[in-house]
Amino acid sequence: MPRTLAEKILLAHTDADDIAPGDIVMTRCDIVMANDISGTLAFHEMAKMGAARVWDPAKVVMVADHFMPAKDVRSAEMQKELKEWAIDQGVAFYDQGRGGIEHAVLVEDGWVVPGSVVAGGDSHTCTHGALGAFSTGLGSTDIAFALAFGEFWQSVPGTIEVTLEGEKRAFCSGKDVILAVLAEIGCDGGTNNVLEFVGPGAAALSIDERLAVSNLAVEAGSETGIFPADDVTAAYLEGRTDRPWTAERSDPGAEMARRLRIDLSSVDPLVALPHSPGNVVPLAEAKGQRIDQVYIGNCANGTMTDLRQAAEILRGRRVHDRCRAIIVPASQRIYRQALAEGLLDVFVEAGAVVSTPTCGACFGGGNGVLAAGENALATTNRNFKGRMGSPEAGVHLGNAWVAAAAAVAGEIVHPADVLEGVPA
Amino acid sequence: MQLEGKAVVIDQDNVDTDVLFPGQFLNVLDPERMKDHLFEGLDPSLRDQLGGDTILVVGENFGMGSSREHVPQAMKASGIRCVLGKGFARIFQRNCFNLGLMVVAAPDAVLAARPGSSIRIDTGAGTVEVDGATFTAPAVPPFVADMVGSGGLVGYAQRRLAGA
Repeated sequence: MPRTLAEKILLAHTDADDIAPGDIVMTRCDIVMANDISGTLAFHEMAKMGAARVWDPAKVVMVADHFMPAKDVRSAEMQKELKEWAIDQGVAFYDQGRGGIEHAVLVEDGWVVPGSVVAGGDSHTCTHGALGAFSTGLGSTDIAFALAFGEFWQSVPGTIEVTLEGEKRAFCSGKDVILAVLAEIGCDGGTNNVLEFVGPGAAALSIDERLAVSNLAVEAGSETGIFPADDVTAAYLEGRTDRPWTAERSDPGAEMARRLRIDLSSVDPLVALPHSPGNVVPLAEAKGQRIDQVYIGNCANGTMTDLRQAAEILRGRRVHDRCRAIIVPASQRIYRQALAEGLLDVFVEAGAVVSTPTCGACFGGGNGVLAAGENALATTNRNFKGRMGSPEAGVHLGNAWVAAAAAVAGEIVHPADVLEGVPA
Repeated sequence: MQLEGKAVVIDQDNVDTDVLFPGQFLNVLDPERMKDHLFEGLDPSLRDQLGGDTILVVGENFGMGSSREHVPQAMKASGIRCVLGKGFARIFQRNCFNLGLMVVAAPDAVLAARPGSSIRIDTGAGTVEVDGATFTAPAVPPFVADMVGSGGLVGYAQRRLAGA
């Protein structure tokens, strides 16, 4: 029987002989991940279960990234608990200054390979689907169970096949690809399904751009967003991992819950207006919106690709007097690479704040939250009311070119207008 | 499982977990203190309506967004017995089940419910009664019914560790 990629991965990680959408199966994990928020809650639930030790310390990764560096005493205590627990259990631990945002770290450091199952205590664990993994976000009690038994329960999802065709337009990135999908299916169109990205437009995306696409799969309600592994994946993993993997894809004729085609040559840079990632309009319709803060970073768009795009706009220009810009590389590795390429100089000279990697203001945790009445343009993944601080603030989501251009203009503009209008 | 209580209604679709429990309070680990921040970004006055017999009635795609378990932890601690909705986001729904908090999707029953309505839910029979009118609800998968019945994933795990 022809199967989807998600079904193949799940079947290889259960004791079941056969599976079909809707079946609930205990799914074995290759990696279990949590952070300073989800991890500490999970440890308490794990203790209630009566489980003293993790099932396999070699498959557990803890990352301090949310309230990092600690914003107050309570956050500091959570990070202390995370560290002490990780050391006691003998699991991998990335402390501040050693790793960065969990999803960037797991991918960069070769923890995730195609065909693997990753259970993460963070909804954006779907990001790792960019490498062809079934990687999904869970709550803390699920993580407690996964830490104790190496498994989680999962209702077998259907698959929405998203075929990407055509070449991206200028100043469009992976962010615009997934915003185009959200515009089409909305914030619950992917519920009980995974998104699988195929076609020439998917093959042409770099890993950084695939990460941005997969990252927002959960904003459509999906368990994960998968790119079947290909040559681009293989080249990326070369030298990063010694974990074995094979490239799989959905069988021809596999039953899809839905099929969607997106012609990238017809997609302009897009912006999600407050207060929903599904509230997507072409950039032209958001033009002129005053912007008080630009935030370039987070697990969706804090990659080298994003920082290079931002630097292309900010090199030799200044952040507008009415605006502030905060730039947050997603990991220490990206931070060092940006330093080596001189990008951090470009940002500092432009008058931007350059931050250590952190989840920070993206979830309103600190490091650049918004005041009432302020508007932000962020490369993040959520613009819910109050997400980045005051519930009276508005967050607009867009790609790094669009964000950097807004920083220079102090309002939403097309990046081409900044590059052509103001000589560098 | 049979549940009975009074409706507190959130008449809105796509309510996200950020408004239900804003990020700045995610450094709270004690469910008793989580109660103080529930619905903070939506309508804090809703907190005063919650008691030991509350059935929270919600719209489509309730609980979208972050996997933060603070939302169902705070709901449970506040005396919410069950969440009855038109539809739920996946991680929120499984977090509720894992904590032993039943979640039932029955859109017709939601349309009939008003603040203060008397609601009786029988998950085994697949029925929801709102002020005397009966509506059908989809069957709860046996695994979920068993887990929620044993107090959630903690109880399920305890049984597994005991070899039961």
